[in-house]
Amino acid sequence: MSTRNIVLIVIGGLILLLGGCGCSGYNGLVQMDQNVKGKWANVESDYQRRSDLIPNLVNTVKGAADFEKSTLEAVVNARAQATQTKIDVTNLSPEKVAEFQKAQSQLSGAIGRLLVTMEKYPELKATDAFRDLQAQLEGTENRIKVSRNDFNSAVQEYNTSVKKFPMVLFSGMFGFKEKGFFAAEAGAEKAPTVDFNK
Amino acid sequence: MMKRFLLLILTLSFISASAQIEKELPAKPVPPKLVVDFTNTLADDQKAALEQKLVTFDDSTSTQVAVVLVETTGDRDIADYAVALGRAWGIGNKEFNNGVLLLIAKNDRKIWIATGYGLEGALPDIIAKNIIENEIKPNFKGNDFYRGLDEGTDAIIAATKGEYDAPVNYGRRRGSGKQGIPGIVVIIVVLIILSIFRRRGGGGGAGGLLFFPMGGIGHGGGSSSGSSGFGGFGGGSFGGGGAGGDW
Repeated sequence: MSTRNIVLIVIGGLILLLGGCGCSGYNGLVQMDQNVKGKWANVESDYQRRSDLIPNLVNTVKGAADFEKSTLEAVVNARAQATQTKIDVTNLSPEKVAEFQKAQSQLSGAIGRLLVTMEKYPELKATDAFRDLQAQLEGTENRIKVSRNDFNSAVQEYNTSVKKFPMVLFSGMFGFKEKGFFAAEAGAEKAPTVDFNK
Repeated sequence: MMKRFLLLILTLSFISASAQIEKELPAKPVPPKLVVDFTNTLADDQKAALEQKLVTFDDSTSTQVAVVLVETTGDRDIADYAVALGRAWGIGNKEFNNGVLLLIAKNDRKIWIATGYGLEGALPDIIAKNIIENEIKPNFKGNDFYRGLDEGTDAIIAATKGEYDAPVNYGRRRGSGKQGIPGIVVIIVVLIILSIFRRRGGGGGAGGLLFFPMGGIGHGGGSSSGSSGFGGFGGGSFGGGGAGGDW
């Protein structure tokens, strides 16, 4: 066998190998991409759930006659803003996710401030309606936390694969871009603690 | 010599590292149990009574209500801890995610009911909160832990009853290997047939046959012959639903 033949065989083998890696890597990425999208749907529906609770919260609080108007308005406005910030699931770029997180964290902050002012209304806090609302808000914040964590780990898995050899050679070609995830909460953006027992 | 020493250190550090991880969440009970008390609060007969009740409920509905008592959840928020533990043990079924974890952190004096995805409709957060406030808390305040857990689980059962029915053969999955035996028999028969074929020199494409009876064996695996009668957790998942309180 001449050296030329051997070289040809080696080149052929390499092409097959890379192609094979590319194919299985591609399928893996498609799967991970779907996983990320699924987790994102959970994140969105959990935030939606919180958004749906707010009219209820506002109505319950309004009952206390002299309740600070400005605090309530801040919540309503932040909610409007947050519901406007929608993301196309096919474009979960880091910038988009950060934008979404920012809008939602403004709402978190507004709810938090509202709940702090509630401290001044012990008679309102003692009602059944408020206790139920508290349980719902607390559960919703927990769900958000869990679905965000799940989303983050799905994105991490996906991003790692996109950047790993050999997929890094193909991911650009197939349109697999790096996706964004939720940054760790810094002080002010922290989810409001819904604990009225203290 | 030096190499061996290094290897030893590596091994030791690996063991201690994995022990660290285990320390964070308690390991799944072996044999599987629905009532797990790491605090020695409940007497043996109390544990048995609770276990019996919950296993019966699991058998008829496939809904798994687990009661776990720990000393503390450490630095972790009890809600996070409950989700992590529920997922790690896989309380509830994979298909329905119909598990409930009633978690007590005794030294922290905290209660949490974590609801599996599939039960968030039947046991919404408000109901979970009410169960804690009305059934569990008053009894815990009077130091009657068993009564609190008994009435609490009664209320959870009442809320989740009728949401799911146990699939056919669900109760049989713990048949202590009974289902595994036919699978093994089939494999042996196939092996005998194969060997006969082989002797005749026609063993060619028969290799694929070997994989057919494997499904039968899989069913027998993971079953327990423990006296508790609980068939084991089913891989259910949790999404942060539930409610908590302290006493």
